[in-house]
Amino acid sequence: MADNVTPRVRVPREASAGDVVSIRTLISHPMESGQRRDGDGNVIPRSIINRFTCDFNGENVIDVTIEPAVSTNPYFQFSAVVNETGTFNFTWYDDDGSVYEDTADITVA
Amino acid sequence: MEMNRRQFVGTGVGAAAAITLLPSVATAQDVDAAINAFTGGADTSSDGITLIAPEIAENGNTVPIEVDAPGAEAIILLAAGNPSPDVATFNFGPAAGAQAASTRIRLAGEQDVIAIARMPDGTFLRAQQEVKVTIGGCGG
Amino acid sequence: MKKMQKALALGSVAAMALMGTAATLSADEDADLIINGDMEMIVRTEAPDHLDGHLNMIYSGWTFRSDETQAMQMDDFDNPAMLFVEQGIEIFNTAMGTEGNSCATCHETPENLSEVRAVYPQWDEERGEVQTITMQINECVTERMGAEALGWSSRDMVNLEALLASVGRGTVVNVAIDGPARETWEMGREIYYTEYGILEMSCATCHEQNYGNYIRADHLSQGQINGFPTYRLKNARLNSTHSRFRGCIRDTRAETFAEGSPEFIALELYVASRGNGLTVEGPSVRN
Ligand code: HEC
Ligand code: HEC
Repeated sequence: MADNVTPRVRVPREASAGDVVSIRTLISHPMESGQRRDGDGNVIPRSIINRFTCDFNGENVIDVTIEPAVSTNPYFQFSAVVNETGTFNFTWYDDDGSVYEDTADITVA
Repeated sequence: MEMNRRQFVGTGVGAAAAITLLPSVATAQDVDAAINAFTGGADTSSDGITLIAPEIAENGNTVPIEVDAPGAEAIILLAAGNPSPDVATFNFGPAAGAQAASTRIRLAGEQDVIAIARMPDGTFLRAQQEVKVTIGGCGG
Repeated sequence: MKKMQKALALGSVAAMALMGTAATLSADEDADLIINGDMEMIVRTEAPDHLDGHLNMIYSGWTFRSDETQAMQMDDFDNPAMLFVEQGIEIFNTAMGTEGNSCATCHETPENLSEVRAVYPQWDEERGEVQTITMQINECVTERMGAEALGWSSRDMVNLEALLASVGRGTVVNVAIDGPARETWEMGREIYYTEYGILEMSCATCHEQNYGNYIRADHLSQGQINGFPTYRLKNARLNSTHSRFRGCIRDTRAETFAEGSPEFIALELYVASRGNGLTVEGPSVRN
């Protein structure tokens, strides 16, 4: 597992039914591209977050396939439509099999 | 306000600082192959898709990019001048509030960034923008 | 923005002439920095008196960055450095060393240390030397916690420094340069104006005589340190003040000083004092 992987998400706490809310996510991860060499000239093996998903109350918002060209500490901004109070689930998939998760609740009036 | 944009020429420093890794670059065939893998070779049109990228990125390691194609099922993002052109594919689910997303990407030098959207009716939209990448003067 | 001393000749540097490439980066030097919509920073102000005859105005490095880079620092979520502030909070609350203390044991919250960043480096009476914030943290780590000193630019140290900067954001840099610190400060000033390397350039060549100009395609700032540690797009991590000093000296192809060396401690005090009047804005985003 890559060291010190910390996810961060930002979702509004409240919204009205039918609102489109903006969501931002960031996760600390080196996103080692597999195209760099270390001091001894050896290729540093690829190690990236290769997929990110966000679901709201079990329904998919976005599902991103990620390649090594996404920057270190991958950042995504997108939006979701919310019709009811519920929970966003965020999942990041690491090349090494690790899965990182975070959640955020929203109250819909 | 317009700055004094005079060049501070006259240093060998730039050269000293420019020892960056210059990886191989995708060929036109690689780029076509990546596009075809997504479109199946279908034609693309350019209305209804927006790609926002800086004209000049201050550093190629972290370039903010935004794509937007209302109604799209998926948008693929490609960097034609990277070692491998694929960057990301955004698949939008039923709870998406818009078929739009922003991220930060790596660009190995000046090149075209390409976004292609797949619409529910099976058509494809394409937007493209050239991004210049500056070479810094101070390694640090 | 008025550029007063732009017409200075580059002396020995001109002899090394190489062509630069013209850049049209869109950088708004007149922009104001308000973080999260409510935290107002001072990114330009009159230079402190000790810079009379050198600079009229001082500017945060933020003002020289491109629109996109500027934007990343205007919101704590968009600023990737804040990830490391969170890691800094974790370290702050974690016990280490033989005494079983965490930073929080004695300081309770990082906010209790919010006045610190703006006044460091500063003279330490007991030790009889100028202390940077790094040294002060290690004093607590080794003497009050019974732990091994953290490496000068180690991840834990830089994360703690990012935390202390973040709680100090908006406080006005005000390092003392007289009294017992004077001698160290003068040593730092000496280093700042010394030409190093085969390119014979001093810090001042770039950051005093040529700020606002482009070196290759890089928009030169005044080399202020009010934004440290900085998250650089280039290496996508936090960078310490001394590692930046090293990079700048290395680029003039000179032998550099070591991080934590007396030379760099003096230089840090001096460079910090050139920013007296700007606000603490670390951890910032730079190219
Ligand atoms: C056992 C108690 C104790 C622990 C644990 C401790 N400190 Fe301190 N710290 C002090 C005391 C006492 C001072 C005041 C020393 C002085 O003024 O010279 C101080 C001073 C400081 C200062 C300078 C404050 C100023 O106003 O100049 C900083 C910064 C600081 N500590 C950071 C830390 C950090 C970060 C940690 C954890 C890595 C830590 N301390 C752990 C007791 C502690
Ligand atoms: C050859 C020109 C050159 C010289 C000489 C030079 N620098 Fe720099 N420095 C740069 C460039 C280019 C940058 C990146 C753009 C900027 O912020 O100015 C930079 C950045 C910096 C920064 C980061 C500023 C910020 O806002 O994050 C600091 C601090 C700095 N330099 C300090 C120094 C010091 C101290 C010296 C002397 C030991 C020095 N530099 C010598 C070119 C130079």
